[in-house]
Amino acid sequence: MIGPLRKKSSAASGARRLALACAAAALAAFAAACGTDYFEIPIETPIQPKLDVSPFQRVLVYGFVAGGTDDVDANQETVRLLRSQLRTKSSLRVIDADVVPLIDVARDQSQGGSSEDSSAGPREGGPPPRASNGNGGSQGVALPATIKDEKDLEPYERLFANTAYWKRIGEEFQNPLIVTGTVLFMSRSTSGFVQRDQETFDNLGRRRVMPMRTYMERKGFVLRPKFVFIDGRTGATMYSESYREEILYNAQQNTPALSSYFELMDRLVPNFLSALSSQKIRGTRVLLK
Amino acid sequence: MKATAIAIVACAGVLSAPSLFADAKKDAKSQVEFGISVAQRGLWREAIYRWEKATEIDPTYAAAYNDLAIGYEHEGQLDKARKAYEKALELDPNNSQVRQNYELFKEINDRTAQKEK
Repeated sequence: MIGPLRKKSSAASGARRLALACAAAALAAFAAACGTDYFEIPIETPIQPKLDVSPFQRVLVYGFVAGGTDDVDANQETVRLLRSQLRTKSSLRVIDADVVPLIDVARDQSQGGSSEDSSAGPREGGPPPRASNGNGGSQGVALPATIKDEKDLEPYERLFANTAYWKRIGEEFQNPLIVTGTVLFMSRSTSGFVQRDQETFDNLGRRRVMPMRTYMERKGFVLRPKFVFIDGRTGATMYSESYREEILYNAQQNTPALSSYFELMDRLVPNFLSALSSQKIRGTRVLLK
Repeated sequence: MKATAIAIVACAGVLSAPSLFADAKKDAKSQVEFGISVAQRGLWREAIYRWEKATEIDPTYAAAYNDLAIGYEHEGQLDKARKAYEKALELDPNNSQVRQNYELFKEINDRTAQKEK
């Protein structure tokens, strides 16, 4: 009784094994036929720096003509942030000097300055430096008392063309690369329709997320920096670049101006650094067979 | 007799042409596959060499140009990368993966071009 039964069971299992083997073979053949024809691969694209900084050993982040909201001292904060970034991410030695209120320098220049002023330069731990007459052609031009927007900033740009002034600053610090420019950090409010995801629950308690267009009052900040790179040996501008970044929040949300400033600068710093040092941009691509 | 021999040789040539062509395709594909395997191990120069070879063997092989473009991009040879991507798209304009790679590449290329302003 046992014998025939065993025999039957063994035959059945053999058939099952055969069927499984066939299925596996078919699957393998199918997999081979539809074999993966693409492969994701991480890559790092090296980007060469825009500026040849090899003639410089040191960099002086001098100061910025800053304007916009009074909640943030954009000059101080920009100088501090760029210096700390350059210390860790550039081969240049960062000069620690007082942050120069460049807006005052520009005003001095526009008022004609004095011979006494022209001999004064920025010193480590010294009083804020003042401007020389230079040759920037900014004498006698009235500058806006406060900088609220781009238009107010424009007349201040002459300062960067004053090669005599920048050459003198360069001599003071043994010919470094000078980083300066303008920073406008303004508050901004806007209203309009925005698309938001709205969470809803049906009768059975199932969650659904639906895109909804809603009217919203929003407020936030706009950051418009212009970085100017000056050759401290000649006082001439080597390169300049301008950026614009914006961040908006729900009007009810109370975000401190300083944290918004850092959030916006965070986006720009890689671009700033890529002017001075080579950067690697990480990404993913698809290789094909 | 001579004419017959020439005709036979010509026929053999015509008949073997597709098989030679198939061999070239197969050879190009194996170069591409080898390039992929070495790129995955970080040997990008070897990969570029293989993909260049593949494009020489089969100049109509879009995937080889796509891979070559990625290799050039990784090496920072952006001009060569752009040309290779454009060639890949010229050969296979509807390939969404090549197009996606190219779009990502252009983002980087535009950023460097912006700096030139």
